[in-house]
Amino acid sequence: MTELIQIAQKSLWHPTGLVEQDISRTLGKVMTSGVDYADLYFQYSRHESWALDEGTVKSGNFGIDQGVGVRAIAGEKTGFAYSDEITGSALLEAAAAARSVALTHQDTGSIALRSNKGIVPLYGPIDPLDSLPDKDKVDLLKHAEKLARDLDPRVKQVMVSLAAVQDTILVARADGMLGADVRPLVRMNISVIVEQNGRREQGSMGGGGRFGMTYFTEQGRPEEYAREAVRQALVNLEARDAPAGEMTVVLGPGWPGILLHEAIGHGLEGDFNRKGTSAFSGRIGEKVASEQCTVVDDGTIPDRRGSLTIDDEGEPTQNTVLIENGVLKGYMQDQMNARLMGMQPTGNGRRESYAHLPMPRMTNTYMLPGEHDPNEILTSVDKGLYAVNFGGGQVDITSGKFVFSASEAYAIENGKATHPVRGATLIGNGPEVLTRVSMVGNDLELDTGVGVCGKDGQSVPVGVGQPTIRIDGLTVGGVSVE
Amino acid sequence: MNQNAWEPVPVNDQEQILLDIAEMALTAAERNGATAAEASLGHGQGMSVTVRKGEVETVEFNRDKSLGVTVYFDHQSGSANTTDYAPSAVQSCVEAACNIARFTEQDEFNGLADPALLATDFPDLDLYHPWALEMDQAIELAGRCEQSAMDQDKRISNTEGGSISSYHGADLYANSNGFRGFARSSRHSTSCSVIAGEGEAMQRDYWFDSCRDREDLLPPEEIGEETAKRTLRRLGARKIQTGEYPVVFEAPVASSLLSHLVSAINGSSLYRQASFLLDARGKQIFSDKVRIHEQPLLKKASGSACFDNEGVSTQTRDIVSQGVLNDYVLNSYSARKLGMQTTGNAGGVHNLTIDPTTDGGLDELLVQMDTGLLVSELIGFGINIVTGDYSRGAFGFWVANGKIEYPVQEITIAGNLRDMFMSVEGVGADVDTRRSTRTGSILLKNMTVAGE
Repeated sequence: MTELIQIAQKSLWHPTGLVEQDISRTLGKVMTSGVDYADLYFQYSRHESWALDEGTVKSGNFGIDQGVGVRAIAGEKTGFAYSDEITGSALLEAAAAARSVALTHQDTGSIALRSNKGIVPLYGPIDPLDSLPDKDKVDLLKHAEKLARDLDPRVKQVMVSLAAVQDTILVARADGMLGADVRPLVRMNISVIVEQNGRREQGSMGGGGRFGMTYFTEQGRPEEYAREAVRQALVNLEARDAPAGEMTVVLGPGWPGILLHEAIGHGLEGDFNRKGTSAFSGRIGEKVASEQCTVVDDGTIPDRRGSLTIDDEGEPTQNTVLIENGVLKGYMQDQMNARLMGMQPTGNGRRESYAHLPMPRMTNTYMLPGEHDPNEILTSVDKGLYAVNFGGGQVDITSGKFVFSASEAYAIENGKATHPVRGATLIGNGPEVLTRVSMVGNDLELDTGVGVCGKDGQSVPVGVGQPTIRIDGLTVGGVSVE
Repeated sequence: MNQNAWEPVPVNDQEQILLDIAEMALTAAERNGATAAEASLGHGQGMSVTVRKGEVETVEFNRDKSLGVTVYFDHQSGSANTTDYAPSAVQSCVEAACNIARFTEQDEFNGLADPALLATDFPDLDLYHPWALEMDQAIELAGRCEQSAMDQDKRISNTEGGSISSYHGADLYANSNGFRGFARSSRHSTSCSVIAGEGEAMQRDYWFDSCRDREDLLPPEEIGEETAKRTLRRLGARKIQTGEYPVVFEAPVASSLLSHLVSAINGSSLYRQASFLLDARGKQIFSDKVRIHEQPLLKKASGSACFDNEGVSTQTRDIVSQGVLNDYVLNSYSARKLGMQTTGNAGGVHNLTIDPTTDGGLDELLVQMDTGLLVSELIGFGINIVTGDYSRGAFGFWVANGKIEYPVQEITIAGNLRDMFMSVEGVGADVDTRRSTRTGSILLKNMTVAGE
């Protein structure tokens, strides 16, 4: 951590000559009487993206975002201000605005800082933007496009994108803790449109994580993404109308874990539960899933998109058990909500940037594997839907109703996946859906690293995962009424 | 409580600051060998306050600035952005854009907008009404809004609070053909969200108002009352039987249908052949009752602008008349790709409006529907613009004999946008003017509803 703090100070403080005493003094100014918690969040973020479309790498973008956010919390009140200039005067001005929620404005003097020690980084402090020469990035896009086009003559359009971010953050808290992180993140995506007899369908696949861009030049990854995108699109060319109504649904492993993110994940975030606005409020210790279900939020898996060495409040991430053998065990917490609920923070305090307030957010949310062979699960169903790929999802945390939209699904007839069906949205009730899980597979997979979660207008990278599961009754939103 | 600690930038300085930075960026681009360049700048500040259970929950002060630069080396292009206006940062930003342009490929359709199409007339659209809102005043207004919702009914059991936010700023677009377009704007809003019922019966809803001028904002009490009304009416929601029914999209969610239209007829979807409305220009895509048009010069409106993100003059025009698609939604790049002319839509459409087909509002549409589903909220992203397939989660009300019978939840509505557009049977006069897409409630003849 000390090394990370030095790297972060060099990017964030040195350019304008800020030193530790300035930070200590600013924290003292924010921490007036009545303020329970305060923090300063410094960020220097460099990002780059390249896009190929119609055979040409026609655009690229580079950007820098930097600034500092100052927050003061008094009870349930939060004052927040930020500046895109990291200077002593901007800090003091933001501090004066942030502490406006306090009753009095008596400075507490200087707050001594100490480094957050003994934390093992989950990824290297690499610079993914410089991890590959620009020419090679362009070549990678063109290579990926050719791979997709060569797979099938029905491929009419190929779009490839490549993005990299290096996020350097430094958090100074009023309890004196000083934490830093350098977070690389890369993502590549291939989408294709195929055409046959005038019918067009799309398919898309991508991946990434907290790596350099060489991640995409290794182990046949562009080949895998291209193959998968084209396969999905071709499957959809044969798709018939999806059924409408309640039926047994089998979800494949990996990305379909978006079910967990929407159905229970958001509802178990600390802020909603403190306020009592979640359908899961006050239900710790209750049975909310079948005994085969154990669900965790784990921010500690090395190199994963949803992982963080420390969260945006300087707290080390952890593996938090949300549901154990069907029983609701815990919530995901940030500093403020943990304190107000008399619980421990769980390393889930995250923010989109210095210009946004932290909230409890998910990291990598997944279900642990069960006993069943995935084939056994499929053959157990007489009639239903087998959904293996999904687009996005959404939840109303108060009523608990959630949706997620299948992009690749098949009808199940007599224990076999038969013809593909068109994309359909699935809808269910969060606190109820997992009680209907009757079989959990032994084939846990995590997604390939493309997830983005939105909450209150803030986007953060996340991961999901699950084994194959069988749900006895979920409403499928197709167009075909029997 | 303290005063707003942010000192605003004097208004007259703002234009000059942005012009100076733009000049600096364009000059740097030229010095780096770019054959053309453009810069977009934004500068603004604001405050938002939320009051929950009568106490301040959050006070946020915003102050943002941005610079985006795109450079062209003949037909190669690169872009970069920064939040730092220091001269060295502006130089670095331009250099980064130039560096990227060296690696992108020649694309003959790349480049600035045709100079002949740039805006020359800059009428005052009355979009700038800054509000010297102080924190105490914002807290008081947000508190009144929430309190009025809480006071409506004892079944209101919890709250996510009342909020007030205010923002004002300025934007500048400049390019190396000499175009300079400067526009000031402001936006103020009041919003509220409360919860009714307990435990598994809990329901939440929200309401808001949003205006350029605070004088036009509805009183906070009205927002609170409407929030309570909308939340209470959802209590006791249940599923309905799977089947095919007529559907009314209530005005606040009907605008999503127009957004899907724009996605399908915008240039980038068309040249990529990623739309279910390819080659639809001149064809019937809606029932013949439907007129959809752009009104970029509406005073005080949310989506008003004299010029688009490339400096091109915006157009007052019909996009759909008598159900026939007259024209697409294009920027310079996509227009050149398609062999057409830009429609002044770089950055989006301006006050896209669907005309009411009746003088009556929602009630009249429900009578026209007689029996079916009224949709008041949609969730999820089950929209495929390539195929037109549509399937989303919905909340709403079962309607029989033109009257709301009971609330409905945990259902989906599905169809294909192509059929949905053709089956528009009526558009209400209850136009929602808070958004840049302006529509009343819309009645569709038939959709598949999945429930029990």
